[in-house]
Amino acid sequence: MAVRSTPVKKAWRSLTWLLVIIIGLIALNGAGALWSGWNWVPKLALDLEGGTQIILAPKLESGQTVSADQLNQAVAIIRQRIDAAGVSESEINTQGDKNVVVSLPGIPDQATIDRIESSAKLEFRAVIQSDAAAVSTVGETPSPTPTPGESESPAPSASPEPEPSVSPSNASDPAWVTPALQKEFDNFNCADLDKAATNVAPADKPLITCEINGTLNDAIPDYKYILGPVEVSGERIKDATNGLVSNSQGVSTNQWGVNIVFDAEGAKEFGDVTTRLFGLTGARHQFAIVLDGKVISAPTTNAVITDGRPQITGSFTQETSKTLADQLKFGALPIGFLVQSKDTITATLGTTQLLSGLLAGAIGLILVIGYSLLQYRTLGLVTVASLVVAFSITYLIVTILSWREGYRLSLAGVAGLIVAIGITADSFIVYFERIRDELRDGRVLVSAVEAGWKRALRTIFASDAVNFLAAIVLFLLAVGNVRGFALTLGLTTIVDILVVTLFTHPMLQLLANTEFFGGGHRFSGLDPTALGAVYRGRAQFRAPSAALKGTKVASAGREAARRQTIAERKAAELEAAKSGTTSPRSKGKDS
Amino acid sequence: MASFAQFGNDLYTGKRSYDFVGKKYLWYGIAIVMIGLALGITLLRGGFEFGIEFRGGSQFEISQSKNLDQKFAADTVIKEVPKANPRVTIIGGDSVRIQTDQLTNAQNDEVRDALAAAYNVKQNQVTASFIGATWGADITSTAIRGLITFLVLAAIVMAIYFRTWKMSLAAMIALLHDLIITAGVYGVLQFEVTPAAVIGFLTILGYSLYDTVVVFDKIRENTAEDGAESRRTFSESVNLAINQTLVRSINTSVVALLPVGGILFIGAALLGAGTLRDISLALFIGMLVGTYSTIFIAAPLYAHLRSTESAISKQSKKILQSRRNAAIAK
Repeated sequence: MAVRSTPVKKAWRSLTWLLVIIIGLIALNGAGALWSGWNWVPKLALDLEGGTQIILAPKLESGQTVSADQLNQAVAIIRQRIDAAGVSESEINTQGDKNVVVSLPGIPDQATIDRIESSAKLEFRAVIQSDAAAVSTVGETPSPTPTPGESESPAPSASPEPEPSVSPSNASDPAWVTPALQKEFDNFNCADLDKAATNVAPADKPLITCEINGTLNDAIPDYKYILGPVEVSGERIKDATNGLVSNSQGVSTNQWGVNIVFDAEGAKEFGDVTTRLFGLTGARHQFAIVLDGKVISAPTTNAVITDGRPQITGSFTQETSKTLADQLKFGALPIGFLVQSKDTITATLGTTQLLSGLLAGAIGLILVIGYSLLQYRTLGLVTVASLVVAFSITYLIVTILSWREGYRLSLAGVAGLIVAIGITADSFIVYFERIRDELRDGRVLVSAVEAGWKRALRTIFASDAVNFLAAIVLFLLAVGNVRGFALTLGLTTIVDILVVTLFTHPMLQLLANTEFFGGGHRFSGLDPTALGAVYRGRAQFRAPSAALKGTKVASAGREAARRQTIAERKAAELEAAKSGTTSPRSKGKDS
Repeated sequence: MASFAQFGNDLYTGKRSYDFVGKKYLWYGIAIVMIGLALGITLLRGGFEFGIEFRGGSQFEISQSKNLDQKFAADTVIKEVPKANPRVTIIGGDSVRIQTDQLTNAQNDEVRDALAAAYNVKQNQVTASFIGATWGADITSTAIRGLITFLVLAAIVMAIYFRTWKMSLAAMIALLHDLIITAGVYGVLQFEVTPAAVIGFLTILGYSLYDTVVVFDKIRENTAEDGAESRRTFSESVNLAINQTLVRSINTSVVALLPVGGILFIGAALLGAGTLRDISLALFIGMLVGTYSTIFIAAPLYAHLRSTESAISKQSKKILQSRRNAAIAK
């Protein structure tokens, strides 16, 4: 008994570990359910749920490349655009090293799609009229005149400019404001900014638009502007960074600002603008930085800047200054996106696909269970139980991945899971066959389980390593659907090893000690007699081999006769050393 | 199934044995003919039939439609875009699928709306896909990159694990055989190659090698046990290993093929063409061929590669000589 207690103890320890893992996974899910409103079900991809997936590829000129930073910025910009359109539950990701994937529930209208496709356009326009106070200022770096913290330039709604039909002399000329434009401005509601296609205007025409602040801070109202034609376009920006502002003595003030560097042409253009604006008052003292037709900032002009290195200061935090710097830097990039593919799946089709996937899984599982029971009798039940454990763990992990990492189960993923049934069951088959081999060699079940395990584990590790390698390579290199598939494949491979070591093997260790299995019951699937265990002393194998030799002249027959396995060797040894009766159980050799 | 267990016993002890290694030239011949057929017929048929994801184009699908008239569907599309060149198929018994040439994004929406009106369903009940021609190419190029990286890494891992590059080589040749034949089935029968089929194809990589590793592990074990005084030649040890793992190979392939067969059945019979069918078809063929090639190509090839090594060939000669002597002595 002392010999047997070790594997049994080990078995219980393994099973406890498994339980700890499962409870841990459940607890993690439960935590999500309690605190994050997570509901124990993995999110489904578009092909199962219905919706629209748009894959955008950047319009690149030959030799041009997109950096990961630019791509992430594009994703951020597209996300802002979609959120602004009021589409909820959208998902925007990068795919591979250059594409952007946009997933939307339902079918988006044309306006939303146009919005997604258009490239980010950054421009500088002079403010002609505004209903707001500027909160930021622009000065030189380092500012020769210390910038007042908040240059709250009083900006009362500029009185309607009376003179119509006078051709405007410069971009700040109120002559741009015709009575019609004025009426439009008065009626313009910033809440409609995204709905109406009003915030687009040719570069040489004035533009009515807003600075939306409500999303950031409810205390600051949205500002309405009439802006002059484009004076400097975003491509002129060479770089934009955020940093702490230093005063004329070079001492850092505790204020965040954004530093812009223009190229030569931009410096000249910007110099002209500031020269003109510096002399103006009121709203016309400001210029607006417009991204995609929306004002992201409208600082007042504190200095004439001719060196092309303006600095924008104001009530920035580190974070907001960083955002503005990024917007200036990346928003200025002339990357347009082209729809590479657009896929709309109806909810009906999604549900049908999901149900068929589940049905296919159920059919597959039943067939596998049936076959296991047929082949391995009661031992097949261990297979079934192991598959159930494997399925539970996989399900929990997929749910957690879905919750934490935003993983979505696609049809290809479901297929991967179903295929995994076969690959997981294979580990059990390899293991069971090894145990049977050991039984055939004459071991008693308890030691056959241990010996078979040692050999099987090597094989399982080696073969699973190959599978896992395939999954990793596919995951790292592939895109889209292939990736989802690779993830489930890799995941199930790990779960397979987990289950076979922490469940299947311990179960067999325990079962080996039961009368039913240990005693080799006919239906246990481990009946030594049925397996022709040579230890029972029959040693019949020599005879048929010899007979074969006699009847067959073929080389195959001879080869078989000459061959000797471990089983045969043991049988022969046994025959030689035959002394009295042999009891298989008591003489079980442990090695 | 008692007879099957008996079959396993006989294979294990060597009472029953199939000569896989000895007839290697037969298997090589079959493999070469199969590969030749796969490549030849595919070429004769004008290469692969690529799915819309690779060609580029638009695809519309109306599920659970009562009107299954193909001409009606085609006419609706042509009325909207005369040059659309629609191809209509009925899939799964109640769904109409229309594929067209590359439309513009706007045309795509027009056709979708027109179909919704013609079939009297809501706009959001028409599945519409617009696929640029570069999409499939992108997937393929990453897939090929993945394939090559995997082959190189797997070969190295196996060479390290088995401590002989000859096993790697044999396994890789068997894997190529599997890939070519599976691809060949698509080429010969002119099944559409879709991204889903490519996924299935890539999975074969893992599965085929997985299966080979299991058998090779037994071969390694058997041949390592053979000492200087072994009574079996190297090839016989290899052959015995194949026979001993034969029951496992059969059981494993049956168990792996059953769920895939389930997907194939559901995918083909209930859903018609689609992701499920495309993945499972490639997998089904690949798994069958993968199990076959491990037994009939990888293992015999390995024995063949090793048989030329001087130590092994010397040993074989010695054993065969002593057998001849024994036969004469009798």
